[in-house]
Amino acid sequence: MIPTRSIEPWIKEPLERFVAEAGARLTLIMTTAGQVLAQHGFTRAVDVMAAAALGAAIHSSTREIARAVGESEFKALNHQGIRHGIYLAEMQTPRGRLLALVVYGTESSVGLVQLFYEDLVRDLSKACPREERKKPVIASNFERELDESLASLFRR
Amino acid sequence: MTERLRQSLDKITRVRGVRGALLVTGDDGLIVADAVMDSVRGDAVAALGANLATRMAKTCECSGVGSLQFVHLQSVQGTLLVMPLAEEVVLVVIGDKDINVGLVRLEMQGMSEAVP
Repeated sequence: MIPTRSIEPWIKEPLERFVAEAGARLTLIMTTAGQVLAQHGFTRAVDVMAAAALGAAIHSSTREIARAVGESEFKALNHQGIRHGIYLAEMQTPRGRLLALVVYGTESSVGLVQLFYEDLVRDLSKACPREERKKPVIASNFERELDESLASLFRR
Repeated sequence: MTERLRQSLDKITRVRGVRGALLVTGDDGLIVADAVMDSVRGDAVAALGANLATRMAKTCECSGVGSLQFVHLQSVQGTLLVMPLAEEVVLVVIGDKDINVGLVRLEMQGMSEAVP
């Protein structure tokens, strides 16, 4: 069984439910800056970091395109391949804006992913702790925190 | 085009007991055209109906009974009918429990002429 790993514990259960229902192969929950909060399906840290960075970059680009055409935001972006599709969408939670990057195969569809993504957003908003964690942008113990995050995501 | 499809869907929804009809892309589970009551979650029915058709088609294939033609699901409070039309297009109809399935199926078959 492919594990779901989460740095923030409140994300794990809604994410596991989403993955099971939508039939997602890979899923990342991250901040709009690309900081990973939870993942499902990835086995290598380097893949997660690359996917998060690229997902955040795509999101920023489409946000700028939206702004250029007079939209406040695009809700979601879907790339359809022959064997895989990629769904990238933003959500508003009490912890701020988060991004979800979902990779699905032919056993699922963009319709199913969209459908259960709505449930994921609702579940995460419900599960999210209300108190804001105040942290400096670059913590003094940044390296140790990064190591801890990678250990949480991959049980190293 | 969409208007023509909607008119064809309206022929189905005019049958007594039909609550809605949706033309859905089989691969994506997205709505091409629909005519459903407000109480029906069209996007959810489209996504799940298309997925059902895909899985049932594979089941038929694996069972050696040929390609899927028609799915009739009877539930406690209603009926769900699914029919693959042209390549990658699925027609989903939601109706009451005591719907005239034969009549609806005829109208569903007529719909295939409207789909390119």
